[in-house]
Amino acid sequence: MRNKIVELKNVTKNFGNQQVLKGIDLNIYENEFLTLLGPSGCGKTTILRIIAGFEEPSGGQVLFNGIEFSKVPPYKREVNTVFQKYALFPFLNVEENVAFGLNLKKTEKGVVGEKVSRMLKLVGLEGFEKRDVDRLSGGQQQRVAIARALVNEPKVLLLDEPLGALDAKLRKEMQVELKKIQKEVGITFIFVTHDQEEALSMSDTVVVMNQGTIQQIGTPVDIYNEPENRFVADFIGESNIIDGQMLRDCLVRFDGMDFECVDKGFKDNEEVEVVLRPEDLVIVKPQEAQIRGRVTSVVFKGVHYEILIETETREYKVHTTQFFETGLSVGIIFDKDDVHVMYKMDY
Amino acid sequence: MKQFKKLVVPYIIWSAVFVVFPLVLIFLYAVTTGGNSLVNIKFTWDSFQKMAEPIYVSVFLRSLKLGVITTIICLGLGYPLAYMISKCREQVQVILILFITIPMWINTLLRTYAWISILQDNGLLNSLLEWLGFGKLHFMYTDVAVVMGLVCDLLPFMIIPIHTVLTKMDHSLIEAAQDLGADKWQVFGKVIFKMSIPGVLNGVTMVFLLAISAFVIPKLLGGAQYFLIGNLIEDQFLNVGNWNFGSAISIILALAILLIINLMRKVDSDGAGGDEE
Repeated sequence: MRNKIVELKNVTKNFGNQQVLKGIDLNIYENEFLTLLGPSGCGKTTILRIIAGFEEPSGGQVLFNGIEFSKVPPYKREVNTVFQKYALFPFLNVEENVAFGLNLKKTEKGVVGEKVSRMLKLVGLEGFEKRDVDRLSGGQQQRVAIARALVNEPKVLLLDEPLGALDAKLRKEMQVELKKIQKEVGITFIFVTHDQEEALSMSDTVVVMNQGTIQQIGTPVDIYNEPENRFVADFIGESNIIDGQMLRDCLVRFDGMDFECVDKGFKDNEEVEVVLRPEDLVIVKPQEAQIRGRVTSVVFKGVHYEILIETETREYKVHTTQFFETGLSVGIIFDKDDVHVMYKMDY
Repeated sequence: MKQFKKLVVPYIIWSAVFVVFPLVLIFLYAVTTGGNSLVNIKFTWDSFQKMAEPIYVSVFLRSLKLGVITTIICLGLGYPLAYMISKCREQVQVILILFITIPMWINTLLRTYAWISILQDNGLLNSLLEWLGFGKLHFMYTDVAVVMGLVCDLLPFMIIPIHTVLTKMDHSLIEAAQDLGADKWQVFGKVIFKMSIPGVLNGVTMVFLLAISAFVIPKLLGGAQYFLIGNLIEDQFLNVGNWNFGSAISIILALAILLIINLMRKVDSDGAGGDEE
């Protein structure tokens, strides 16, 4: 059984008369790479700041190793943060920045030097010890910030959109690097991002948030393949979301047609929403399919074409590597595994 | 871009007429004798040599000493004040800074006369001391009175630059320090104070500059016998009429100030390089 390291129980947070967290329940386990994912303003950074100790929750409990710690000041927590804009000390060089935490704890000089150089090696910054932090590139500053946090050997590392300021290629590199570092040091990483691709490619667990509530917690594969509601389906990847009716287990009806699926446990005739991922749809000749329509737009996207098909009732988005001409009459088919049925969200 | 270059012309003319030309004149006066008479002009270093006479050296040193004391007191009072103001809500800060600057709108002369009525033997301060049972003290025409006047006059010049750097400081640096294990005293010593050094140096430079060349306040609160370098210059121009010597003193004072500012800049850049090797 995995050990819980941080537990949030019904945590709320108000700023003035605005409630930014509406009762968050979340368990974070040891050695886990957990990502808080959601649009800006959803409360993900607030959760991170509560765990770091910069904000006190308005209600609920925060436990660290089973002990309530929402009143413990930040400097007494075994938690370190990598800030969004790095927050490196401009009056210290690389080495001094990394050593900041150790020096505060009155660590022996020799030990400090050893730990700092080991950490700089881990993040690939050997030879930069005496460099001014202002003279580093964004990616290098990022690495210094990570080293400065990790050198204190925290139990949990908090990362607040740390890749936001980097260009696309560097982001990809740092994603791989961060995952590698997390495996090497073997501690819990709590990562905040609004980039769904980043969340899916790095995390063990993804927590999807919207408007101060948790929408879904799961592995990246779960979140993508089995979104629990419209918001998750819409936010993670692209999707065709269709109103439907669950006739009985494994049979769903939409647009007046019945389709087999694999979902169970809904009430008979319950109103539901159906997700069809664009890459799961296959374009065939019209006579081979139940759903028929006309190609209205074809856009080349690099790996695939994004094709819009208009039927009598709606428009479908399809991703395929095959080319189809605009105006062509086509049919759409899909596997019963690819029909994802979700509970209808109340708005 | 090219047409914008023309915009600089008025400024060049302005500074040539009102800054460069007077400076050249002062320099010319300093290295000549004969005052304003153009007929028998002679070049000489006499005026500078005269400054080496013990009586003038002591005036110079006294000015330096008072400048240093005023600056230290202003820093000691101004930094905590600036820090406390920067901790307030934004609307409150605006009001507090206004209170700090309001005295500057009032004429220095008036403010100094107010000090006289406070400090004189039968003034407010002595009445207060008597009422408290301490007995009267003599304040007027002492170093204490002059320093009090100077500190009161120059404190805003210390508070405002320090307040500015403190409010402009990136708050995430403070959080980063807390996150790395710094308690509130360590946060102040290791981050906030270091980040505020440029403001401190600006404040120190301004206060020192103004204190060392002040002449109205020392004259009124220090009395006619009380001579600082500013009074000496004033005296040479207005009473003695030795414009040559006055100019030489001005130049020596300017050079001394330049030297001190440069030293401070050097301290600043060394400090920024990190002193925790």
